Amino acid sequence: MGNTGDKEQNKLSRRDLIKGVIAGGAAVSSASYLFRASTLLGQATRGAGERLLTINVNGQLRRADVMRQETLAWTLRHKLGLTGTKLGCDRAECGSCTVLIDDVPYYACSVLTHTVRERKVLTVEGLASPEGKLHPVQQGVIDEQGFQCAFCMPGFLMASVGFLKTNPNPTRSELAQGLSGNLCRCQDYDKILTAMMRGAANMREASRA
Amino acid sequence: MAVIRDVMPAFDLFQPSSIADAQKLLQQQGSDGWVLAGGMDSFDWLKDRIKKPKVVVDLSGIAELKGIRSTAEGIEIGAMTTLTEVVEHPLIKEKFKLLADAAELVASPQIRNQGTIGGNVSQDARCWYYRAGWPCYRAGGNICYADTPEGRNREHAILYADRCVAVNPSDTAPALIALDAKFVIRGPKGERAIDAEDYFIGPDIDITSLHVLRPGDLLTAIRIPSTWAGAQFYFEKVRDRNVWDFPLLNVASAMVVSNGGIERIRIAVNGAAARPLRLRVVEDAVRGKPANAATGESAGKLAVQGAVPLQFNAYKIPLMRNLVKRAIGGVAEATWTS
Repeated sequence: MGNTGDKEQNKLSRRDLIKGVIAGGAAVSSASYLFRASTLLGQATRGAGERLLTINVNGQLRRADVMRQETLAWTLRHKLGLTGTKLGCDRAECGSCTVLIDDVPYYACSVLTHTVRERKVLTVEGLASPEGKLHPVQQGVIDEQGFQCAFCMPGFLMASVGFLKTNPNPTRSELAQGLSGNLCRCQDYDKILTAMMRGAANMREASRA
Repeated sequence: MAVIRDVMPAFDLFQPSSIADAQKLLQQQGSDGWVLAGGMDSFDWLKDRIKKPKVVVDLSGIAELKGIRSTAEGIEIGAMTTLTEVVEHPLIKEKFKLLADAAELVASPQIRNQGTIGGNVSQDARCWYYRAGWPCYRAGGNICYADTPEGRNREHAILYADRCVAVNPSDTAPALIALDAKFVIRGPKGERAIDAEDYFIGPDIDITSLHVLRPGDLLTAIRIPSTWAGAQFYFEKVRDRNVWDFPLLNVASAMVVSNGGIERIRIAVNGAAARPLRLRVVEDAVRGKPANAATGESAGKLAVQGAVPLQFNAYKIPLMRNLVKRAIGGVAEATWTS
């Protein structure tokens, strides 16, 4: 790129800025804003080190040092301790890392954490109420004993909850279509669908109550 | 190849908020820069360490690249519009259902929520020798591993192969060709709009790329003229699994039939060659003929003329013939011929 010196300088200045921000404490939440705003060439956006982000996960603002190449699944599991989001294939081919971003299901293994700064992330840990009451779709799993090993369950739950927001009263085949981006290695699809259909019914009941 | 589960190798990440900024960045970075749209193709390359760009330019923050607009000539779709938005948009459903049908069959719901129309037409080939990092022609080497007696080439090309036998895997590309779409490209020398079929290139033109974009170029929008709005559409995709899979073959056609005769038609297939193929010979041959199984039958035969199978993909020839037949003669009338 022929501008290594310039890059070094920027790296240093960024590190100093992060240090300063950490020391300053109160300025933390504005740090990501400062960086985001600097889209102009030659500013401090350059470099491959980590940087401090504030992201909205399960309704809480969480701070983390996030590498530029880091996926959301990695941040959730390794930086924020939210290990409910599972990593199956890490290649957008199995669905077990599915989370909701602004209510829409995404594969967290294939989203850069740096792209969700302004958005709301919901993981399986955020489904139940703060008092511990299960989400109606989670209750559906218990009602119907929906999974065998359940490694894929968090992904299925998030895909279901996302799909049911767009279609609260699906037919069984519509729901199957909606969940077609998730795999179960136990091949337990029939029971999973039954559980998710029950979850959908539970949701409709809860919204009537 | 073992699946690597560690984080991707480090890269610089730029997140411009305007086309102009992205343009400047890409020009500055040249071949070091990697354009990131939805990322569904990109992350495989990066995670597998096959491609190692120094700089990634993420387009997801550019509002002017998103959304579907009605224009005087038809509609304009921003390149960063997701496939889900394309599938669900009322204007597309009403006038250009062919594109909605094609986009709905791409990959999985989550991938359609993230994958973009610009990314879908610009994605790279799926040949596993190439994807696994083998030094083949497409990767800049001087051998093709698929076109050998033992090469696994069930998914590969039957037409216009030239050293490389990889195929274009896009589902929306043939639909956009059938709809006579224009692709808008912003490059160092300004903006240009080209015909959809000219966006795609075979190995005879550039063996290392499936499309005409060069470093510094950005696909910004796709325009669909009203010419084919509400025409009789047909899209069919054949694949091994009903989710995730790329097409073995697909066909897209737009047809206007009056008094039982085909007044005008555009038809394209993908999965047969390194670029989606517009079947001009077929279009010329069926114009004026009745849209029935007999016309479809002869059209299918015409479509596969010159096809050369590899060791394991001869099935694609009757498959393509029958897909073209069904597109023209209809599914009910056109029985399968092997």
